[in-house]
Amino acid sequence: MTEVERHNYDVVVIGAGGAGLRAAIEARQRGLTTAVICKSLFGKAHTVMAEGGCAASMGNVNSNDSWQVHYRDTMRGGKFLNNWRMAELHAKEAPDRVWELETYGALFDRTEDGRISQRNFGGHTYPRLAHVGDRTGLELIRTMQQKIVSLQQEDKAEFGDYEAKLKVFQECTVTELLKDDSGAISGAFGYWRESGRFVLFETGAVVMATGGIGKSFQVTSNSWEYTGDGHALAMRAGASLINMEFVQFHPTGMVWPPSVKGILVTEGVRGDGGVLKNSEGKRFMFDYVPDVFKGQYAETEEEADRWYTDPDNNRRTPDLLPRDEVARAINTEVKEGRGSPHGGVYLDIASRMPAEEIKRRLPSMYHQFKELADVDITAEPMEVGPTCHYVMGGIEVDPDTGESTVQGLFAAGECSGGMHGSNRLGGNSLSDLLVFGRRAGLGAANYVESLERKPVVLQSDVDSAARSALSPFEPSDGEATRENPYTLQHELQQTMNDLVGIIRTADEIERALGRLAEIRARVRNVVVEGHRQFNPGWHLAVDLRNMMVVSEAVAKAALLRTESRGGHTRDDFPMLDSDWRNRLLVCRASGEDQVVPDVTVEPKDQVPMRQDLLELFELSELEKYYTEAELTTHPAAQGDTA
Amino acid sequence: MSYQGQFRVWRGDSDGGSLEDFEVEVNEGEVVLDIIHRLQATQAPDLAVRWNCKAGKCGSCSAEVNGRPRLLCMTRMSLFDKDEVITVTPLRTFSIVRDLVVDVSYNYEKAREVQEFTPPKDLAPGEYRMQQEDVQRSQEFRKCIECFLCQTTCHVVRDHEENKLAFSGPRYLIRIAELEMHPLDAADRTDTAQDDHGLGYCNITKCCTEVCPENIKITDNALIPMKERVAGRRYDPVVWLGNKLFKRGK
Repeated sequence: MTEVERHNYDVVVIGAGGAGLRAAIEARQRGLTTAVICKSLFGKAHTVMAEGGCAASMGNVNSNDSWQVHYRDTMRGGKFLNNWRMAELHAKEAPDRVWELETYGALFDRTEDGRISQRNFGGHTYPRLAHVGDRTGLELIRTMQQKIVSLQQEDKAEFGDYEAKLKVFQECTVTELLKDDSGAISGAFGYWRESGRFVLFETGAVVMATGGIGKSFQVTSNSWEYTGDGHALAMRAGASLINMEFVQFHPTGMVWPPSVKGILVTEGVRGDGGVLKNSEGKRFMFDYVPDVFKGQYAETEEEADRWYTDPDNNRRTPDLLPRDEVARAINTEVKEGRGSPHGGVYLDIASRMPAEEIKRRLPSMYHQFKELADVDITAEPMEVGPTCHYVMGGIEVDPDTGESTVQGLFAAGECSGGMHGSNRLGGNSLSDLLVFGRRAGLGAANYVESLERKPVVLQSDVDSAARSALSPFEPSDGEATRENPYTLQHELQQTMNDLVGIIRTADEIERALGRLAEIRARVRNVVVEGHRQFNPGWHLAVDLRNMMVVSEAVAKAALLRTESRGGHTRDDFPMLDSDWRNRLLVCRASGEDQVVPDVTVEPKDQVPMRQDLLELFELSELEKYYTEAELTTHPAAQGDTA
Repeated sequence: MSYQGQFRVWRGDSDGGSLEDFEVEVNEGEVVLDIIHRLQATQAPDLAVRWNCKAGKCGSCSAEVNGRPRLLCMTRMSLFDKDEVITVTPLRTFSIVRDLVVDVSYNYEKAREVQEFTPPKDLAPGEYRMQQEDVQRSQEFRKCIECFLCQTTCHVVRDHEENKLAFSGPRYLIRIAELEMHPLDAADRTDTAQDDHGLGYCNITKCCTEVCPENIKITDNALIPMKERVAGRRYDPVVWLGNKLFKRGK
């Protein structure tokens, strides 16, 4: 029998980023014992990297804003593939979630009259992003981290123990979800990174909040943690993933020096007045406004520049088109030979505002370029290019409760799917974390309270989870080549980057699937050196399995979707296809291999948008995305026939 | 552009360890963390190091480079001569877990002892009005990425384990200052800063400010103003007399 440390909690949250912390706060406030498990130290989650802000239609800067406008922007940004119910809940609840953060102690930048300031961002009609300079994510994480400490202080006062009801298990990796005989979640198994010892959480409900998959790509703004753990664990537990073909490449990552390639340059640079230029000094974005957005963006530089000060009488600059459009435009400029010396384009804020203003509004961008690239952004343009940033796809959930297709398994944030459709708008991630983190925490709490008896963990599952986690220490047989996990990770990243990246073709994706199959075979032969105590080689060997599964899901879904939409661009099918709008691709695990299962992908139709939401759009706009048959209920369509 | 750099990296665990020599390729524009990663990928796969964002935003990869506490991801190789031996050691003030990873639980324990944000009662979410100039003071301290470089540098605890009980370190003293200056915080934090968190141990040598990667003016903007508040309350003769006459205070 495996030696394992055991814990018992009502709710276990995996991941301590924005979604996980918000879920944990909610579950604890409902009076349930709650554990938060995270791979890094508490407070280091990837949410700290979010820079620009948190979208919420508070209307503090432009009072014309409302949840309906935010809803419309979100659906447009996602090219109408979004789960409309999630987009609705998100738009309606985001303002309350932001204001709630202030009651936890957050300090957002202010407007003249003392309210929360809001900034412009790509795809958002009005200034909508609550922000703190360009370090908004840090503010969110720290605020919720401190709220958790605050709740722990209350528990200390009441029970004499800070951790009586809410405990953070930091530097702890979950490798397996456990289920009882009926197929309901009964626990989570993992190891302490520090000691390598095993730990078992017995629980009725798991909230998955593990973030994204960006580490599967060579050039990414994501950290080592983003290995798709939640996606893979959920799939292996029987849950379905949707929209995995949609991967967001943020248009502006650093391109030089090589060691920082991919590090994020906030969209706030453009929101605050920065513009993109090619090597000829031309503001090229005016040439890239797609048909679906025609008429919504400025057509001359003069109009675009007037918009910053007079947004009611001018249209916004195309520099602020949704991210997928801008990333593709940059890609084309570079490909056609109008790029910068290091293979990007120029992002110019220096010529647009005084140096002091830049330093005040974008302090960490100033710092980042100065320290890492010897570039003074107040004096010269930045060089930027696309970087893998976010996955729109994730665990398929019930919009209201966050419950997946597996009983007792909930998900929120980047590891869940649907909310953002085929492309996420900047600023909609932080608000997503808050809105759906809270909902998943509530959903898990309600579920646990409704259970008649707690699902039981089977000892045999614990034993096999332990064996599987330790297998990289035991070379299988002398014949096989011993594989280095770092080498395999590198090959996987290169494959995804080169063949399933920003622009895709059937031929390239098929080649990628071939290489992935080859890497998958070699993953079994990974051998790690040393012992179990804080051993990064071993940690990678275990994470690599998850990267493998999610990479296959991305590639297989990308091959099936024969159109271009949002974060999925097919060179061989370059157009938006209305017949694909309503169709989701659902990924499930299959086959014999329990650790790195095969992935099967099947299409599925979405539930049609509720009538009152459909009526928020003009028929003429919907016609650009929908088939005629889908729009017969729109009042304007009925008017035509009457 | 590439060259072979000379590195000495501390390896070991709580039972002991030593500096090990490595020769590693260095490329243009790289930072020390890139070198550590190359070491992992090519020579020492089990070399333990913490890191996350690689952009100076999360404060995970703190270590000492040639004896100076730094973020590995923000320490560019161009800072050093090509023939210089670069020594990378774990943060000295905390006990070793393995290689460059140290036990930072001291910081999380101290964080818990700071009374959390205490908002005014009955103020509903959304009703808060604050001026930018009023939030800016606390915002400076909220830039803190909790890299704990100030905590490892401060001489009050750097070589004085015995002071850890009474002294919370610069990170948590600026947290107290942040809340004290927070426009909505209703608690009085002057006494606790001195009595429970050891503000008096600080003799404003500014070492913490010097190593702060976020350039927070820890000493000038947090520690000195807090000391002034303590002094104002406890040592101002007029306040002292008032307290005596009207029997206020402790």
